[in-house]
Amino acid sequence: MIIESTLRPDNAVRRITVDAGDHYIGTIKAGQTLRILDLEGNQAADTLFYNAHDTSERYSAMDTLREQGAVYLTAGTRLISSEGRTMLTITADTCGRHDTLGGACASESNTVRYDLEKRHMHSCRDNWMQAIADYPAYGLTKRDITHNINFFMNVPVTAEGGLTFEDGISAPGKYVEMVAEMDVIVLLSNCPQLNNPCNGYNPTPVELLVWD
Amino acid sequence: MTRNAEPSDALYTTHLPGGHHWSLRLRRGTTLTLAAGAANANVGLLCYNPENLLERLNLPDTLKCQHTFKLTQGHCLYSDMGRIFASIIHDELGWHDSVGGNLMRHHLVAKGWQPVSYQQAHNDWTRSGHDAFLVELAKYGLGRRDLAANLNLFSRVESDADGQLRYVPDHCQAGDSVTLRFEMDTLVLLHTCPHPLDPSPDYPRRGVDIRLGVAAPPDEHDVCYRSRPENARGFENNRLYHLGL
Repeated sequence: MIIESTLRPDNAVRRITVDAGDHYIGTIKAGQTLRILDLEGNQAADTLFYNAHDTSERYSAMDTLREQGAVYLTAGTRLISSEGRTMLTITADTCGRHDTLGGACASESNTVRYDLEKRHMHSCRDNWMQAIADYPAYGLTKRDITHNINFFMNVPVTAEGGLTFEDGISAPGKYVEMVAEMDVIVLLSNCPQLNNPCNGYNPTPVELLVWD
Repeated sequence: MTRNAEPSDALYTTHLPGGHHWSLRLRRGTTLTLAAGAANANVGLLCYNPENLLERLNLPDTLKCQHTFKLTQGHCLYSDMGRIFASIIHDELGWHDSVGGNLMRHHLVAKGWQPVSYQQAHNDWTRSGHDAFLVELAKYGLGRRDLAANLNLFSRVESDADGQLRYVPDHCQAGDSVTLRFEMDTLVLLHTCPHPLDPSPDYPRRGVDIRLGVAAPPDEHDVCYRSRPENARGFENNRLYHLGL
């Protein structure tokens, strides 16, 4: 569902550009709005959320899908935690569809999907590992790395039970916006994947904007 | 079916009643056959590596690398480390649910299933699948942070062309069975609590018959090895792991 935002970038309290293959970790307070902006198009942003006051409560892909009864995320989707609570609600979306079934790329899964000799290539899960190593104050470890959202990624499910990976439906300037319903930590990997079309074979930066 | 797929005589058989849980370590080469004790059974399943409990079942990786939403014969269950915990060597259902998640305590009330305490009903109390897994996880020093998306064996949740999800009732008949062959030593958590989308008016109690057996090692003719080129690479990762890498 396409819903445009009325928020203006010049009023944002935080603006961060995250290069492809780089990461972001930070806190979004309850009531604040987070926008993820696909600056150059066709860029997957692999994202996890944690309750900032108890990180053992985290975004749950399967609870989110089951509770909304639909397999794609878009405006109106409530992002549900592992305890069944709403963490954030998607309030604007100019892309129309985001994936949470396909998981994040990893050195190890790249060996299965592409070739064992691809294991050296950069990946979202390695990117998250770097983030939690760089920012130990958040208290996150590998145990906490769970199933994520792939913003801007298009992974259609067929009625026969197949899963396909399509070219991104995002484009330069498309964005998704969500309001936090609790204080959350956002952990984001701007996807470095070079082996499939999720980044159009050319990973590019995204921008994060936060409004009070 | 391949010549390797038939499990040999049972090493052990047991029955897990509906609404209960168990965990067990299954060695590489062991088969686990589950047979529905009643129509519309559901078995929640999670896998961990007993040598490194941080390595766990990863359903998104499992679905992505095999380009599938459902799981059935020919599919493998992958860990987050690119290895195969188990492969589905025999299946009479054709579809096991990867997306429904787990029944939580608050669902019991929301679904109109009157929660019943142990004091009230002894073995017929109403456990949630979430609590069932937390109890089993705690036995290995694990907890909420170690949970992952679970498989719901015997259940079917399908998506239409627009992405709307639907639980399919009467997918599973009494006696329907599925067999997993373990490709590495695996800590398996099981529960027989209802699927969170089960529309039954009352908390359903549907158990499962469990049979453990032994399978010959898979070769390049194996149904799971051959079903996708990705699985050949998954088996190669297991081979490297068992070399000690």
